[in-house]
Amino acid sequence: MTALLAFEELTKAWFGVPAVADLTLAVPEGATLGLIGENGAGKSTLMNVVGGVTPPTSGRMLWRGAPYAPRSAAEATARGVAFIHQELNLFANLSIAENLFVDGFPTRFGLIDRAATAERTRAMCARVGLDLDPATPVGELSPGERQLVEIAKALHREADLIIFDEPTTSLTPRETARLFEVIARLKAEGRTLIYISHILGDVARLSDRIAVLRDGRLVDEGAAAAFDVGRMIRSMIGRDLAGMYPPRSRPPGEAVVFEARGLDQPGVLADVGFSIRAGEILGLFGLMGSGRSELARAIFGLDPLADGTMTLAGRPLAGGPGARIAAGLAFVTENRREEGLLLESPVAENLSLVVARGFGRGPFGVIDAEAHAVATERAKTELGVRAGAIAVQPVKALSGGNQQKVVIGKWLMRQPKLFLLDEPTRGVDVGAKFEIYALADRMAAAGDAVLFISSELEELIGMCDRILVMSRGEIAGEFAESPFRREAILAAAFRETVA
Amino acid sequence: MTETRPAGAIPRPDPSAAATGASRLGRRARSLLLSDYFVLWLSLAYFLALLPFLPTLGTPANLANLLSNMWPLLVVAIGQTFVLTIAGIDLSQGSVAGLTSVVGAMLLATAAPAQVLSNAPIWGVVLTEAGGPLAGVAWGTALGVAAMVALAALIGLANGAAVAVLRMPAFMVTLVTMIAVGAFAIWLTQSNNIRELPEDFVALGKGTLVSVYFGERAEPQIPRRQLHDFVTWPMLIALGVAVLAHVALNRTVFGRWVFAVGVNRTAAEISGVPVRRVIVAVFVISAVCAAIGSVLYTARLETGRPTLGGGNFLLDVIGATVIGGTSLFGGKAKILWTFFGVLFFVLLSNTLNLMNLSAFHIDMVKGGVILAAALLDVARTRMSRGAAP
Repeated sequence: MTALLAFEELTKAWFGVPAVADLTLAVPEGATLGLIGENGAGKSTLMNVVGGVTPPTSGRMLWRGAPYAPRSAAEATARGVAFIHQELNLFANLSIAENLFVDGFPTRFGLIDRAATAERTRAMCARVGLDLDPATPVGELSPGERQLVEIAKALHREADLIIFDEPTTSLTPRETARLFEVIARLKAEGRTLIYISHILGDVARLSDRIAVLRDGRLVDEGAAAAFDVGRMIRSMIGRDLAGMYPPRSRPPGEAVVFEARGLDQPGVLADVGFSIRAGEILGLFGLMGSGRSELARAIFGLDPLADGTMTLAGRPLAGGPGARIAAGLAFVTENRREEGLLLESPVAENLSLVVARGFGRGPFGVIDAEAHAVATERAKTELGVRAGAIAVQPVKALSGGNQQKVVIGKWLMRQPKLFLLDEPTRGVDVGAKFEIYALADRMAAAGDAVLFISSELEELIGMCDRILVMSRGEIAGEFAESPFRREAILAAAFRETVA
Repeated sequence: MTETRPAGAIPRPDPSAAATGASRLGRRARSLLLSDYFVLWLSLAYFLALLPFLPTLGTPANLANLLSNMWPLLVVAIGQTFVLTIAGIDLSQGSVAGLTSVVGAMLLATAAPAQVLSNAPIWGVVLTEAGGPLAGVAWGTALGVAAMVALAALIGLANGAAVAVLRMPAFMVTLVTMIAVGAFAIWLTQSNNIRELPEDFVALGKGTLVSVYFGERAEPQIPRRQLHDFVTWPMLIALGVAVLAHVALNRTVFGRWVFAVGVNRTAAEISGVPVRRVIVAVFVISAVCAAIGSVLYTARLETGRPTLGGGNFLLDVIGATVIGGTSLFGGKAKILWTFFGVLFFVLLSNTLNLMNLSAFHIDMVKGGVILAAALLDVARTRMSRGAAP
């Protein structure tokens, strides 16, 4: 079995700190390699080296046995490497056809041959199971469809090596299933794939071989059949993870902290009512577009409601985010980078953003720098944020899991009564997930109420006292019994699609 | 086939970390480029480099002139710094300076010639042959200045409200304000200047507290032109504004909010930052700074001039601020940077004047320098990114 791509003692260091260290690994031609590791393990760096984005510090790569040292992304593309990223590289304002042929349209007499372009686009889309008008702007496609367009583009270039980097994070279950069908077809065609994901079950299912990176090193590698999820996790974090979820420290109390009645927002929410008790973690499960994030935004006062009332600790909730924060709400949004963090600002300033007013002294609000430093340092320690000098280090330099801990931490400093956690573990590695679950448990143990929104049913089952299911803007079911019935919850979520 | 590799082997030394002479020099250059004082060092180097060719550059008279050019520009640029920090821009500062100059002068003038101003719409209503309504009034100058500042604050409020509440782009809003307010100022006096300003007002722009003399000690009477201004009222006013602005931007909760809005408005909003109020306040600060700058210019020229903020005014303000290192994309600013940027810009204008270049050549060079500053900013941003991977 010849290797399409091989790494030989490859090292990539940033300012002397190796992100990939001494890596020797072969990707056999025609095989699918599953690449896993925690955030910061070196997966992205390695893929950047393959893609010609950054050169290795030492060591080399071989492509079908010949030295391979791309100096630019274009060179890697020309060689036959294609990337399918979580953030796609498509032009939303251009049509499918224009995206596919952006680097060279079929021409006739020097002008673009529209008929030929459309015809070839249709043929290429058919290869990935897309049946769409080639003139459709990519901006109108769903995330799953865009991904398929991206794959069609890779096929159009006759890429030999297709690298999938977390392709399913923004896909619905159905889109994911369709993606996997296409991947199976690619495998049957004999293409070589590298599949990177945090969803270990998918990796096990799709891969022929699995390689595990930890701290830039290859720590485990072998045939996929020899791996189970337990071994993957052990290799990734270097220890046994006794359980995926921390045990709950205290049972929920009786007092109702938050109550919503008849929340209505035409086309988005329909007569949503529920309550959360002190110390309770209430799960909210729903597919994309079910209204789960919209509900959180409405509770937080970001989007207007046509009708309905909400009370927090017995008092009616009203006003904008400022007033609701003062009343005791906290909102960890699903878009950490866009809505949660000041990426360019230091970690400490992110931690204290919500409570900044509390550090102001005197009539002009001059900040008490010492109190600020002490409080943010304490928060960093309590949260277990792995960061250096938090007063200067920008939060964008942290890994995804640590960034999320900062987002949660800035709310913890305010000591709210109700936490809205919207997909708090998205894009976060296994170890950090556990820590985030532990933080949710800590909030509940302190007597706060937690609304835990997720599209990963497993984590809701693992952490919640009760699970609500949303579908098409309505509460489609409530599940309180333990153990939770997985099938019943899914059936409620898929209500519309199944029926 | 299963193969497990042991983890935790000894990391190999990274060859790129080997400290050669060249890389040490590179690191020095990097730390110099990223330093807060970079533009100050640049100004000093530029000054010293040109000194042998332009002997007048270092004379006390020229240095005093250089400093006096610096203060009004500094005040206006400080206002612009606040707006740039929230990723906005204020194009209306020049017009605000022009309008407040006219309004201050028409209130304060001690006399006005009918043959010049009788066509102006303010003639007979506010301004007469006997001057403005505040001429000779106790605390008249204070009231006049207060009126200038209040008027500017209103304009800033309108700008800020349009940007914050109506969510219009700052560029459009302030462009419209610039055109409308500028035209209004010119209309008020039919493009004429108002002279005859009271002495205590003029002192705000020219008054000297400490002068220096470099001649013979025995001289019985020192000619006025050998006395060089050192500590002046505009200097004190500008430095006072700078210190206040520095504290407000770097040491207060308000300053933190300003940066938060500049770095990520959505995240700031969700975190409970009163984003709209911050934006409005920032535009008010910008306009008020323009008005204070206008006080200094108007007093120094002893003239209320509607076109005070015309011509290259905006180029100077934004150019100086950006050269200092403040980013046009928001979230990156320091008053100290603006101070050095203004110093460099004034020094640049001064040297170009001393070279006897025409106004056109001067503008060409200034444009080039702003371009160079923008390129430098890109390089600095890239470097600071590289430093924190």
